[in-house]
This record gives sequence, structure tokens and C-alpha cells, in this order.
Amino acid sequence: MNDTASPAGYPHRHLLGIEGLHPPEIAYLLDLADAYVEQNRQIDKKRAVLRGRTQVNLFFEASTRTSTSFELAGKRLGADVINMAVARSSVQKGETLLDTAMTLNAMHPDVLVVRHGDSGAVQLLSQKVGCAVINAGDGAHEHPTQALLDALTIRRRRGHLDGQVVAICGDILHSRVARSNIILLNTMGAEVRVIGPPTLVPAAVEALGVTVHHDMRKGLNGVDIVMMLRLQIERMQGSYVPSLREYFQLYGLDQSKLELAKPDALIMHPGPMNRGVEIDSLVADDINRSVIREQVEMGVAVRMACLDALGRHLPNLNGAAS
Amino acid sequence: MTRRANPGAAPGTRVAYVNARLLDPASGLDAMGALLTEGDRVVDLGPGLFAEGVPEGIGRVDCLGLPLAPGLIDMQAAIGEPGAEHKESFSSGSRAAAAGGITTLICLPNTDPPIDQAAIVEYVERRARENSLVRVQPMAAITKGCRGEEMAEMGLLTEAGAVAFTDGDRAVASARVMRRALAYSTLFGKLVIQHAEDPSLARDGQMNEGETATRLGLTGIPTAAEAIIIERDLRLVALTGARYHVALVTCAESIALIRAAKARGMAVTCGTATHYFTLNDNAVHDYRTFAKVSPPLRAEADRIAVREAVRDGTIDVIVSAHQPQDVEAKRQPFAQAAFGAAGLETMLPVALNLHHDHGMSLNEILAPMTATPARLLGLASRGQVRPGAKADLVLFDPEKPWRVDVDRLRGKSKNTPYEGMPVTGKVLMTVVDGLAVFDERPR
Repeated sequence: MNDTASPAGYPHRHLLGIEGLHPPEIAYLLDLADAYVEQNRQIDKKRAVLRGRTQVNLFFEASTRTSTSFELAGKRLGADVINMAVARSSVQKGETLLDTAMTLNAMHPDVLVVRHGDSGAVQLLSQKVGCAVINAGDGAHEHPTQALLDALTIRRRRGHLDGQVVAICGDILHSRVARSNIILLNTMGAEVRVIGPPTLVPAAVEALGVTVHHDMRKGLNGVDIVMMLRLQIERMQGSYVPSLREYFQLYGLDQSKLELAKPDALIMHPGPMNRGVEIDSLVADDINRSVIREQVEMGVAVRMACLDALGRHLPNLNGAAS
Repeated sequence: MTRRANPGAAPGTRVAYVNARLLDPASGLDAMGALLTEGDRVVDLGPGLFAEGVPEGIGRVDCLGLPLAPGLIDMQAAIGEPGAEHKESFSSGSRAAAAGGITTLICLPNTDPPIDQAAIVEYVERRARENSLVRVQPMAAITKGCRGEEMAEMGLLTEAGAVAFTDGDRAVASARVMRRALAYSTLFGKLVIQHAEDPSLARDGQMNEGETATRLGLTGIPTAAEAIIIERDLRLVALTGARYHVALVTCAESIALIRAAKARGMAVTCGTATHYFTLNDNAVHDYRTFAKVSPPLRAEADRIAVREAVRDGTIDVIVSAHQPQDVEAKRQPFAQAAFGAAGLETMLPVALNLHHDHGMSLNEILAPMTATPARLLGLASRGQVRPGAKADLVLFDPEKPWRVDVDRLRGKSKNTPYEGMPVTGKVLMTVVDGLAVFDERPR
């Protein structure tokens, strides 16, 4: 689904999802990101690999963290970055999507970073534009850069991904972060468990290569990584869970549940956190185990790596793809 | 005097269809022979007819030894009149129907305004008379506005010509309303047709619940949403004695329920559309909105169960479930895209797969598209070939391979899930009331 172009490095024109990526391609992006982590810690953070390029961040869904991270990444690579927040009108949302795509296309951007509330919307848009497209989250489908930054965080701490036992906990049903992570971690040889109430675990999720646990204590037993997901507060209205306090009681990560994981287990969260809903403050701020702030740092580096990788396939001054 | 798109053959006009493989599911006829029409009626047929040649003064159609069968009755087609003429009109829809061998279209009442009063039935019949090449018979709404709340005027609607009652692509969700509608319908003896999908369980659902939906991050609709309504309705039918028909059966659970009800002697019947026995929910992969239909395409095991139920007769009727959608309604993120597939031109060719690959005889495949719907809807003179029946005929080549090409479809909307797919079997000629409305015989 990522449009094969050439065999080396990252051979695709777009980054629409983790699904379909091969282990060497994922490793390549992570290696590239690793280098950017070091660069981002220098005083001079700027590179010129995207100089003259235009990057448009097109967000149909509100986001501060992801859009800021992409903006920073683009700017550090020397691109001109435009942020467009497109309000979703209640009617004709799809028409807005393709109309916006046509309009933007006429402005000749080089990279579009797109977030949309509907699964598949970014892929649809990528078929209508002439530039590279990065999926910054589509509905409950995929959020590939989040999975890559999570993988980078784990790999830097543990040296490798294969053999790691990872528990992804919470609202799996509505989570694009969960889907991308499940696919990436499985592709890279990790063992994935998902933990959540039966109402928030999607049908046939085992087919994605995970084991399902509804009892969080059993699910956390012996894991290397605890990956928490955000619970959307509006899920209460949908009768997915009866109350926040009951949810915290059963699926909130607190010290007592964490004790079942390996003693050095890492705690991750894609943010923003609901403290006291899915994660206890003490656990979230545990400096020895929580890598939540590190994830944010890795986010910028991973997005630089993705922009860089896609930029290498853009037409160069001679008019040909390099 | 009103203009008629198809006035039928002039009285006294005689046409001989010779060298035909005569098929008639109602009588089981399958023999080489000839058939004679006069005006809008079949007057004679049989193996020996015109053995000495066709006399002067009678038109002659050489059927090339191919099957000549009763024209198809499509028991469920959405036509956009009134309200969505840009998606399909009687003119465009009937051209597509004729090319698909369909001579009678039974149209859904989910129009705008809906067909929920006698005046709309009359309007639809007039528009169809003036614009449609094939016969159109509307179904009327069970409830006013198809809203599932108050019963529509079934008596007046029956008098105006409604052939059955249904709320179209909406289920009658309330058991109380459904019970009363079923009970009241017994006054008129008309079939009550349910779109079996529990709307509260299916809410926000985009496709079949299962692995594909989970991978795509789309909200699933479980097969239980269908079975729950059927199971409930069967109990209401037992209370009321109504004639009940499930419009589209798509899964093994539903089939088991209907098979058991039939075994108990209940007067229940059901239909399915060709896509439910030829496609599964993998067709949705890559967010293909042309495969977004209601009820959704199911898992492979359900697809096979539907096919077997057509074979063993548990499923009585095959329909096109034609639901035209324009490009704007389909070129959308999957969740925003409209439900529905165009199906008039592909119904027979796709159904013939059951003949080529699954051993059904041509008469067995044709019965659910001819004699059975005619019987269920009380269309006495259609759906069969016998002396005195209407001269509605289809001549087709069951072995002719072709590829579904959207640019060559005749309907206004091109939303076929079979785009680019090879099929075997092609309609060569369609005759309605003695008049050829489609003729692509090789010459």
C-alpha cells in the first residue's frame, strides 16, 4: 500500500501505514531516526535535506503534539512548513477532503502530512495528489510514525525489538496507535499481547498475531514493555465502560499491577495522558521506568527520518527522482 | 393520450422464435423448439412448432439454439424516481434492466418522497409507463416515510397497485410496529418484506464484523444483527399468520433460522443478491467503496452457506439489489461513502456461476428470478412461458465470456463491485410485452 518505487532504503513514495513494510525498511527508518536523535541534541539542529521543499500539515482532526512534532521535523530539515487545520463540517466531510486535496495539489507541495478522522481517508487522498503523503493518523486504522517512534524508544533502551514481550493496554478498538504498533512489533519479532475490556477489543484481533487478555494482571505478567493507550472520555456515552473509576480500577496502570511486569519493564504512553483514568501519576512520572517523555523526543527524530526518506524519492532539480 | 416508452407489440403482430432451447422453470420445460407470440402474449410453444417452417406474415427470430426463457423479475431494485433521478431514472434503469434480461422491475419505496401513499404509487406507475422499456411494479412502504413508526395505508396502496410492502433498506425496528403491520397485512394478502438488520446493533457499522474490519479500522456489523431481526420476526409471523419475506439473507445463521421455520411449515420466504454468494468481505480491502453494501458482504463461510442455500432452495429468490450511487456518493472515505451496488446488468451473468461451477440446471437458476417472484408477488401472467402468458422473454448465451466494463454499463451509476471481473453468460435479446427492448444478437 506504500507504492513501491526502488529497492534501496525506504522504497515507497508514501508512508500510509506500517502494514506492508518489510523489516529492513522499518530498520532503515529507525537507523535514520537514530542519527537524527543525536543531531537534535546538538546546538545546531538544522539540516538542508529538504531545502526548497514545501511541507503541508493537513489536519482534519485537532492535534497539537503530532502537528507540532511534524512541523519541527520539517523545519529542522530545511523545508517550508505550512500548517492547515481544516475544520470538519458536519456534512460533506468527504467532499471537503478531496476538494482540499485538489486545491493543495495545485500549489505543488512536496510532502503532505495528513490526519483524518476516517479510516482510509489518507490513502484515498494520496491517490489524488502528486506529492508524497505521510499518514499522521486515519480514523481507527493506522498511525505509522507513532509506532516507529515507539519502536525507536524501545530499541534504544533494549538494543533490539525481537523477543520483547509488549502489552498494549486499553481501548484497542478505537486505536490506530494499537494497530500500527501491533503490526510493527510483530513484523520485527516482538511478542504482542493486548489487554482491555471485551467491549474495547476488536473482533478477530487474534488474527493480527496477538494474544488477548481481559484480566490486566494476567496480561502484564512478565512483560518487558507496558504500552498504555489513551481512553477517550466520550467512550462513556457509548456504553463501552460504565465509569472512569471502574475503568481505572480494572485497567488503570498503577503500582500494584505494574509489579507483575518484569522489574525493569518500561512504561509507554502515546499521550496526552488521562492521569487517574488509564495511568496513575506516580507510575507515569517514575523516572526509572517511564519513557513517556523520551517518546516525545523520539517523535521528532522519527518524523525527520520519514520526511528525509520520502524526500529522497522526490523529483530533483534535474526533474528526475534521485 | 399518454406517451408510452414501451407500447408492446401491436395487436395481431406475430413473431416466431425458432431454433430455441425453450426453458420454463414453472413447468420444468427444457427442450429444443419454437415459440409464437401474438401481440403482447405467448400463444404457442413446443418442440414441433414450425417444424415445417415459419409461414408468411409471421416475424422470425432465429434463436441460434440458445436458451429462450421467461424474462427475469428482479424483486428488489432501487430506482431514483422520484428524488434521485441523477443516480438512476426509469429510462436509464430500464435500459440497464433490458440489457440484463430483466423484464419486470420491482422497485423499492425508499424514494424522496417515499412511496407511502397511493398518489406516489400512481406517479411512479405513470413515470414508468412513459419512460421505462420494461415493466415496473412498485412496492410500497410498510410505515409512513419508511420511518418505522406509523403504518402506511396498506389498503389504499394495494388498490393503487403496490405489489408488496417493505421499508426498503431500513428495518422495521420496533417489534410492536412490526407485529401490527404483519397482522394488518393479512387483510390484503400481500407479502411483507423485511430488511433484516437490527439498527441499534448495526449503528455506525460500515462492513462485516471480523478480521478485515479490524485490520481496516472500520466499525463492524455482526451477523447477529441480521439473525436477531429474523428470529424476532418469525415469532411475530407465528402470532399473526402474515406472509413474510426476508429481502436479503447473507449469513449462515439466518439461513439456519429460515430453514427451520420452513421445516415447521411456516409461510416464510427469503431472497439474496448475487454478491452475497459470489463475494466476501475481502472485497472491501483497500477501502473499496463499491463493495460497501447493506447488509454487508460477509465472511467466506457465510458466502458458501448462501450459495448452498440457493442450491437447496432455502433461499427462494435472487435479486439484483440494484442500488445506484453516483461518483460523489462513493468517492469518499469508506465511512462517509453511501451503501449500495449497481446490479441490473450483472444479475443473470453472475448468477450463472451457479450453473457453470456448482451444477445447478438453468431452470433451477432461473426459477428464483422468474417463477418464484411471480408467485410470491401474485404476478400471474409473468415469470413463465405458456400459452396466454405475457410475452416477456430473454434469449441468452450461457457460455459467452465477457468482462464487466463500467464504461459500457447502461445504467447512470457505475458502482458495480464486479468492475473488471470476467463473467460467463450474456443476454442477447430481451422482449417485453412482445416487443424487443434489447437486441444484441450476433448478425
